[in-house]
Amino acid sequence: MPERAGAVGLVLVSHSREVAESVARLAAGLAGGGDLAPVATAGGTPDGGLGTSADLIAEAARAADRGAGVAVLADLGSAVLTVQAMLAEGDELPRDTRLVDAPFLEGAVAALVTASAGGDLSAVAEAAGEAYTYRKI
Amino acid sequence: MDAGFFRRWLTTAALAVEREADRLTELDSAIGDADHGSNMRRGTAAVTAALDKEGPATPGAVLLVAGRTLVSTVGGAAGPLFGTLLRRTGKALGDAERVGGEELRQALATGVEAVAQLGGAAPGDKTMLDALRPAVEALPDAAAAARAAARGAEATVPLRARKGRASYLGERSEGHMDPGAASATLLFEALAEVTADA
Repeated sequence: MPERAGAVGLVLVSHSREVAESVARLAAGLAGGGDLAPVATAGGTPDGGLGTSADLIAEAARAADRGAGVAVLADLGSAVLTVQAMLAEGDELPRDTRLVDAPFLEGAVAALVTASAGGDLSAVAEAAGEAYTYRKI
Repeated sequence: MDAGFFRRWLTTAALAVEREADRLTELDSAIGDADHGSNMRRGTAAVTAALDKEGPATPGAVLLVAGRTLVSTVGGAAGPLFGTLLRRTGKALGDAERVGGEELRQALATGVEAVAQLGGAAPGDKTMLDALRPAVEALPDAAAAARAAARGAEATVPLRARKGRASYLGERSEGHMDPGAASATLLFEALAEVTADA
């Protein structure tokens, strides 16, 4: 898929590799036909089990970084805590990496649409967070 | 206490985790996802290996290596939580070659506050903090700290979990010791053991 130049990168961190990769595919599919912002996933542990890997997160953040900032969405518990702990250290993730407070799937779609439209990191974070306000009943 | 003391502390804690891994996982299978023992065993074994390989020269550096290793190898919430505890404690110790009991108490208090901030847990939420806080308050007497941690962990048994996966269980989380509090106790029991041998 063609990539939009200079876009905010997106990192999806899930306890499960399949979940992270599927949500990335779903977001790309729903984000429309134009050039997309880079998306990288850090799902599960390196051996394919359920859990969180700081090494995979760092690798994904580097892979998604184009210099315009990286928005990280995480699913639950250790995924969220690991990203927060890495951000607190300051040197393990690219500069301008931000953990976005958003529902994982809905937030990923909103973030990718916004980043692919050229939104900056704040706009991407805001769009993803707004997904919390979408009520289903 | 020099770098050697801190390395003995953490390798002793790793042996305790190895010995108790099945019990930790059993506690976690009651209210969690049954991986705490194996996660902690993997993490603490990696700490022992990293300390052997990197040979950090100061107490602070030992804790930084250990904390970073836990964050990257545990694979569950205990990784960033214990990792943050050790890294913040290590940062607070700076590059001093030797530290006294009071300095360690203050540094650990900083580390425990960082854990509280990261996890957002309050006292009585049935988390590792319920063992960590009383332990640090009992320092610099390491034996008293180990006893305080054990009492704190025991006191999590009747509590209802308010953080993490266990909180989804509501009242069904009552009647079980929090696995993180049990691991925190092992850390302070190891400190007491190494202190007694010093």
